Amino acid sequence: MKEHKLLTKRFGEIDPFSIEDFVNVGGYETLKKAMKMTSEEIIYEVEASRITGRGGANFPTYMKMRAMSKETGDMYLVCNADEGEPGNFKDKHLMEKDPHQLIEGMLISAYAVGANRGYIYIRGEYQSAVYLLEHAINEARKHGYLGQDICGKDFHFDLEVRQGAGAYVCGEEFALLESIEGKPGRTRVKPPFPTEAGLFMKPTLINNVETFSTLPHIIEMSGEEYGKLGSSFASGTKLISLSGNVKHKGLYEVEYGTTIRQVIEELGGGVSNGQKINMVQLGGACGPIIPEHLLDMDIDNERFEIFNSKMGAGAIIVIDDRFDLFEILLRTMTFFAHESCGKCAPCREGHIQIVKLLQKFYDTKVTYKDYESLVSLANVIHETALCGLGQTSTTSILATVEFFQYYYQQRIRQSERREWAL
Amino acid sequence: MQIIDVLKKYPASQTSLLEILLEIDRLKDNHYISKEEVHMISEYLGVRTSHVYSVLTFYTLLSTEPRGKHIIQVCKDIPCYVNDAFDVRKTLEKMLNMSVGQTSRDGLFTLEETACIGCCDEAPAMLIDLEPYTNLTRDKIERILASYREVTL
Ligand SMILES: Cc1cc2nc3c(=O)[nH]c(=O)nc-3n(C[C@H](O)[C@H](O)[C@H](O)COP(=O)(O)O)c2cc1C
Ligand code: SF4
Ligand code: FES
Repeated sequence: MKEHKLLTKRFGEIDPFSIEDFVNVGGYETLKKAMKMTSEEIIYEVEASRITGRGGANFPTYMKMRAMSKETGDMYLVCNADEGEPGNFKDKHLMEKDPHQLIEGMLISAYAVGANRGYIYIRGEYQSAVYLLEHAINEARKHGYLGQDICGKDFHFDLEVRQGAGAYVCGEEFALLESIEGKPGRTRVKPPFPTEAGLFMKPTLINNVETFSTLPHIIEMSGEEYGKLGSSFASGTKLISLSGNVKHKGLYEVEYGTTIRQVIEELGGGVSNGQKINMVQLGGACGPIIPEHLLDMDIDNERFEIFNSKMGAGAIIVIDDRFDLFEILLRTMTFFAHESCGKCAPCREGHIQIVKLLQKFYDTKVTYKDYESLVSLANVIHETALCGLGQTSTTSILATVEFFQYYYQQRIRQSERREWAL
Repeated sequence: MQIIDVLKKYPASQTSLLEILLEIDRLKDNHYISKEEVHMISEYLGVRTSHVYSVLTFYTLLSTEPRGKHIIQVCKDIPCYVNDAFDVRKTLEKMLNMSVGQTSRDGLFTLEETACIGCCDEAPAMLIDLEPYTNLTRDKIERILASYREVTL
């Protein structure tokens, strides 16, 4: 099995500080091609490509573009570069190794939907990406790819970098927009969706770094050709952030349809030091934890519906048999307890209780009643939380209750025995 | 640079608030936003001081209390944790003789924990003043701390 390099093909080949390098290998040519097309033609190509958002929620990209293209007046383009989901680092690589690819993708989108202003919201922890993109934006402006009358045509668009300041929830689209507006990053109630009322209550197209970075390739090779890549469930390539107890951690670009096991074993070289895989966490902290025997499933998002979950942004975290399920869950849930924005009670209070219950599992001081409370709380948070953070935070618990039921039972029995021995 | 010069670089509108707070924090040796600064910012932007505080306290990269000259943030998430053979956090606590959340007596370092910093492929990792240090070993940490001490002396 090999990687299929599309978005990563220029990595290491060009100097990310040099717009000349990018232009020399055909960069910004696709923008010129797109600018000879109509808005509807571009959106049609995006539809034909079957691409869905690469930020985790997996929504068909063309639908958002079409909704936006019907709006008039001021509107915005926003790139979500907040990448805070533990285990993900693909957007960092995209920004640090090929920043103009992202800018070109944003330009094509802006041209198609009719936006004149854009923001790239980068998490504050990614200082080198901030620096590189600010540099790339200045270069693009000098070369006439940003600003007034782009490529000599009646198309005006400019971009600005905004930084986050250490809040995972700001990756959620409304929290992110609030943050750009100079407020705490707390979500808004939807509808209306961003394409109707987003940044400063104007229509806003918000996409992930990888989604925007894919657009030039779709236009270059045509939507139909792009759509042939991947599987019948999901088209194209996906960047996978592979980490944990695996020999070759790193970023890999593969076609949809590739299995999780292929990524871990053939690209990642398997687990290190003769250990065995115990668990694999998919997508990041908000994703399911699955056992070894499910690794032959492919990375297509639709297949993840059995976990009531998505592949998310494409993280695969391998955990070997030296680690205990409950220490992993405890860390994961402590993360969410800390990152909850506090706006709704199930998430604000629920995670605190969940952490307490998991601590009991971890300490082998747990009862069957605690187990029932844990499962019911996990379900309540999942079903009643206001935003995607709470709606997905307990996926790891719900999945392990199903796939690692044995560990839960075992820990309860061990606790009982411990109690009797005292 | 004076605070007023920082303010003037940005349009006087609420949307500049986070960038202003981050820049002031970066400029100051003790990395925090004081009461006086909150007042100046609120006056310049025409927003309430309570609004400035609500933003200031929401984001973990910002602080209302003085911190050390260098902010060390150790990653605590799973990809780092399962690659951490020697307990980075404890090692730092020992070498600095303080716990997470504290500032060293000489005011040189503040030790904090952070969520994943996107260096999971080079775990374990930490940030010092937002500069990443990866593939950490005990020796490496020792050398890194020494280099910060030397430059400052
Ligand atoms: C808690 C939370 C965190 C998120 N973090 C990110 C993120 O870091 N990057 C991202 O692109 N999308 C993130 N998302 C998804 C965004 O809300 C949104 O769906 C995405 O930016 C849409 O872009 P796409 O269609 O290109 O994927 C997050 C969602 C939630 C609920
Ligand atoms: S689910 Fe959590 S993060 Fe989302 S709005 Fe509610 S409290 Fe905030
Ligand atoms: S988990 Fe530590 S850098 Fe990602």
